[in-house]
Amino acid sequence: MDERKKVLVFSENHDLVLEMLGKGREIADKLGAELAAVYVGCKVQEKAKEVVKCGADKVYLVDDPAFEHFQAEAVLGVLHDLATSHKPEIMLIGSTKNGKPLAARLATRLDVGCVPDCARLSVDDQGRLVGERITYGGNAVAKVTFRTKPQIATVAQRAFDKAEPKDRDGQIVKLDVKAESAKIEVLERKPIETSNVKIEESEVVISCGRGLEKKEDKALLEELAAVLCGQVGCSRPLSEDRKWFGEWVGLSGHKVKPKLYVACGISGVIQHVAGIRDAKIIVAINKDEQAPIFEIADYGVVGNLYEILPLLKEALKKQLG
Amino acid sequence: MKRIIVCLKQAVDVSQLKVDPATRQLVTASAPKKMSDFDKNALEEAVRIKEKVGGVEVFTLTVTSEDAKTVLREALAIGADKAYVVSDESFKDADTLGTARVLAEAIRKIGEFDLVLCGESSLDSFSGLVGARLGELLGLPQVTSVRKMSVEGDFVTAERTLEDSIETVRAKMPALVTVTREINQPRIPSLMMIMKASKKEIVSWTAADLGIDKEKAGSKIEVLEVLAPKTERKKIRITGENAAEIADKLAKALIQEGVVKR
Repeated sequence: MDERKKVLVFSENHDLVLEMLGKGREIADKLGAELAAVYVGCKVQEKAKEVVKCGADKVYLVDDPAFEHFQAEAVLGVLHDLATSHKPEIMLIGSTKNGKPLAARLATRLDVGCVPDCARLSVDDQGRLVGERITYGGNAVAKVTFRTKPQIATVAQRAFDKAEPKDRDGQIVKLDVKAESAKIEVLERKPIETSNVKIEESEVVISCGRGLEKKEDKALLEELAAVLCGQVGCSRPLSEDRKWFGEWVGLSGHKVKPKLYVACGISGVIQHVAGIRDAKIIVAINKDEQAPIFEIADYGVVGNLYEILPLLKEALKKQLG
Repeated sequence: MKRIIVCLKQAVDVSQLKVDPATRQLVTASAPKKMSDFDKNALEEAVRIKEKVGGVEVFTLTVTSEDAKTVLREALAIGADKAYVVSDESFKDADTLGTARVLAEAIRKIGEFDLVLCGESSLDSFSGLVGARLGELLGLPQVTSVRKMSVEGDFVTAERTLEDSIETVRAKMPALVTVTREINQPRIPSLMMIMKASKKEIVSWTAADLGIDKEKAGSKIEVLEVLAPKTERKKIRITGENAAEIADKLAKALIQEGVVKR
């Protein structure tokens, strides 16, 4: 067996794989380790090559029509086999709705620890992986390390920049994996209808909260968003209670990191704030001078969003020329 | 279908959590506790299934290092038939594997069941690992992130919310399901329900009752620090004679920041 230390990454989400490769490369280099990716899918040969270009020394590839969709049992089997035969130092798994339970089950099978939703990762003096994650409903950031190996962390989406492809070589190792008879039968898959640009990828997000009086008033935000090529979002009550929007922005909803986040009529409960922490500039517009949102905003306007938003739109149009 | 076991965590009420501004430490010791929101959704769903199917018992199971009576009574008032609690001071430092292991042992001791229901995550630590770990330990088919579910015969059918799709799946029971907060709106128990609940049984176990080896159950992770995040925001208040002037100033500031473009 190859005695080199190993760092292994896996996600069923291609973007997240590329995000983890950048960070994974950095960690592997620090440990003098090999960076390997596990890639599972159908007709994914080209993608596997991209994974090499983006930093992987080795790709364990499962390319089979049976794996067009994510299959928990089979992927778990592959990762478990690689973990027991190669004894990696670190396994990074993309923190998706499928990836997180996968990591939890893998860690349980291997009787090791797991740190979920890491938004930052580093290696300490003793070569241990240290993950940072938001906890206590956004009230705190926890720094956590491991007492067991492999150190299994799940990596938050969009926490790291995608690795840039370079002209480099790596080995692609094909694995033959039988699609196990899954314990769960999938009856139907329905895509969630979203606008062309995902809110997480938008550079400008204009969001509203309880301060919005009627559903139709969304137009005010949409008009401003249109001027700035941005997207419209909302806080949880508008989505969950009033059903005016699909998904909300916040700890349990979309986590966004735009250049500009404009919070209109949003009080700024800690769970909402946790979803916008990585925004470059936060603007708060709120009637209530005492609203906590002002504490985490770069620019605050005490005022009525119905009055400010149209004027702001006109001012930006004029000044941007 | 005979029995549903709902795993309930007594969590820190994060909305009432205070931070010491000098040290950025959380004041968790005195923070109020409550039933973890997602778990309350799981309990509500179990009670709804019971009301629909009939002849089904709903048991709750809590692993804690503290007194959780209030939460257990609330669970019984909402409609659980019996509450099990495993308490041990050593659980204070348990990680997700440790907690899942105690839950698994307790479920084995309870005996037969058709469904184990858990919240997708807990309100306070928000790890979202315990349900999946428990399913693995018990060797159950598991369906996670469920926003809608129904049971028929030996099967549970559920809608999972994924990032970009909704997946409808079917699993044979016994199975484990983790639910999201979308699944239902938990009821608020009436005075009548609260009174009735006071006659229901709470079964208390210790780690020793379950034969749990505390040495082996030690945490596999080490929490180095838990601190309130630093907020390094400019906190500039934009003021003016009138709204138009404010809007002008704000527009100018945003252009200077380089965060808006045509």
